[in-house]
Amino acid sequence: MGALIDIRRASKRFVKGRETITIFDKLDLVINEGDFVAIMGPSGSGKTTLLNLLGGIDRATEGEISFGGVRLDQLTEGKLSGWRAANVGFIFQFYNLMPMLNAARNVELPLLLTRLGKGDRARRVQAALEIVGLGDRAKHFPREMSGGQQQRVAIARAIVADPKMLLCDEPTGDLDRKTADEILSMLQLLNREMGKTIIMVTHDPEAARYASRVLHLDKGRFIEQGAMA
Amino acid sequence: MRILNQIIAVCTINLKSLPQRFWLSLSTVMAVALVVGVLLAFLAMAAGFQQTLNGTGSANVALLLRDGSQQEVNSTITLEQTRLIAEAPGLVRKPDGSALMSAELYVIVDAVKRASGMKSNIPLRGVGQDAPALRDGFTLVAGRMLQPGSNEIIVGQALTKEFAGFDLGQEPRIGGVTWKVVGVFAMQGSVFESELWADLPVVQGLFRRGSITQTVRLRLTGADALAGLQRYSDDEPRLKLKAFSEKEYFAGQSSGTVKLIQYAGWPLSIAMAVGALAGALNTMYSSVASRSREIATLRCLGFGGFPAFVGTLVESLALSLIGGLLGTLVVWLLFDGFTTSTLGQGFTQIVFSLSLTPALMVQGVVLALAVGLIGGFFPALRAARLPIVAAYAQG
Repeated sequence: MGALIDIRRASKRFVKGRETITIFDKLDLVINEGDFVAIMGPSGSGKTTLLNLLGGIDRATEGEISFGGVRLDQLTEGKLSGWRAANVGFIFQFYNLMPMLNAARNVELPLLLTRLGKGDRARRVQAALEIVGLGDRAKHFPREMSGGQQQRVAIARAIVADPKMLLCDEPTGDLDRKTADEILSMLQLLNREMGKTIIMVTHDPEAARYASRVLHLDKGRFIEQGAMA
Repeated sequence: MRILNQIIAVCTINLKSLPQRFWLSLSTVMAVALVVGVLLAFLAMAAGFQQTLNGTGSANVALLLRDGSQQEVNSTITLEQTRLIAEAPGLVRKPDGSALMSAELYVIVDAVKRASGMKSNIPLRGVGQDAPALRDGFTLVAGRMLQPGSNEIIVGQALTKEFAGFDLGQEPRIGGVTWKVVGVFAMQGSVFESELWADLPVVQGLFRRGSITQTVRLRLTGADALAGLQRYSDDEPRLKLKAFSEKEYFAGQSSGTVKLIQYAGWPLSIAMAVGALAGALNTMYSSVASRSREIATLRCLGFGGFPAFVGTLVESLALSLIGGLLGTLVVWLLFDGFTTSTLGQGFTQIVFSLSLTPALMVQGVVLALAVGLIGGFFPALRAARLPIVAAYAQG
């Protein structure tokens, strides 16, 4: 498959007081459509910052970031919001569900940005919950669910609008091993069966084994290791 | 449609998460309720006072004062003038041909307030026998009319509720003389209900006024007869009198006191509203801070900044609206219809009931929403402009 993401000479720097902190400098990376990429590296290496740039919620100080030929670094904030809604599903370490909404309403949120009517939205929400094995928990609130179940709801929310890419920030960081393996298997399934391009930041080498490609980010440079499994 | 969906979703999330910020939200609600409550209490007082005076008097009754006098207390009318004016055109006449009229004397006497035990001034009106016929809506609700030439008084219904010693059958001492209350009258809550009525010659004798009166009331054949009456007075050198319609006279009497109450009420309420505004700002900034992770998550999903702005504003308006309605409800329960008295322009107490009208309720709610709008605007702006990455760092 062709390149979905193309990062060219991207740099990210922060100014803190009088000091300029460089997170990475002139980074190049190509991720193909259908890849399952794990990004590893020590704390502070810039993994999450890179994920934020790929998701269009942060901007590079310089360089180019393209997604399917669209230059993200040239989009306005409003257009970036629209691009995210159409192309990106986010999965967070702490699930980031809305505690006051039930599972179905949480999953429905990305669909509120589409032109789908209420009936179509309900059907797609139910289908997404069925995919993650929670078809019977639609009316349950996050507080009534285990951590693993909440993360499944978050995955359902990430895929319900059928985005091309899933960005996962330590998706198993808050889960026990068994539950983490279930979640990772599910991500693998979404990658293999549904063709989702997945980019996952993780500290966990066990989690990285589920990826088809592992990148180590250290001191602003990538070291490619290939698949660990 | 999509933006509307986003706004509804954000508003739902914000409003459903209010219990998580219960105490802070409650403090804003209470502050706004207090501001609205104080304002409405003042305005209900002004409205009740105005209604009492505006409900007094008829357009078909002429009130004559000495030219130059604006109030009954500083007017004097001689017996000769009274006889002359009775010959004027445009007056309703009785079967015997005499004018339907009442020359009246208005003197100030002491009375004790039931609630406070404090002495206050109330009016004792010396009236002629036609006085009830010159008041629309006059009804005796207890007892009987006074007998001419006797020390009998009839008492306004509002006055008996507010002042002690004037219940039916009681014998109050006024001007060193013992009187007997023989009747209680009602007059649709008008200012006359704050008065004592006695026979004119008895009052003139007791207070050494000779044959002098202060006002003359006449029933006109129509409201347009007032101008003719004034012309008649102007053309007769012995009559230097000013003719008012009774309705116009009492409306003029209310304006000064009403303005005073309103001018005290609004600045006090606005000063308090500034304090409530600080509370609302604090609450809403805290709300935005505590929801920063939720806001950031929604922004990640593709929600725009505008729904975050509207959602925060709606939360602020909702809290203020609840506060405004609560303040209105409390004032309505505690004060609507509550009877009190204040000093009128005749230096006597006028008994009136506080009146919380729908228009006043709207003013209270508008003030509450203004507090909510201003208190929510800047926090809403912060919510809309929150950088997503920074929001995660805060959350």
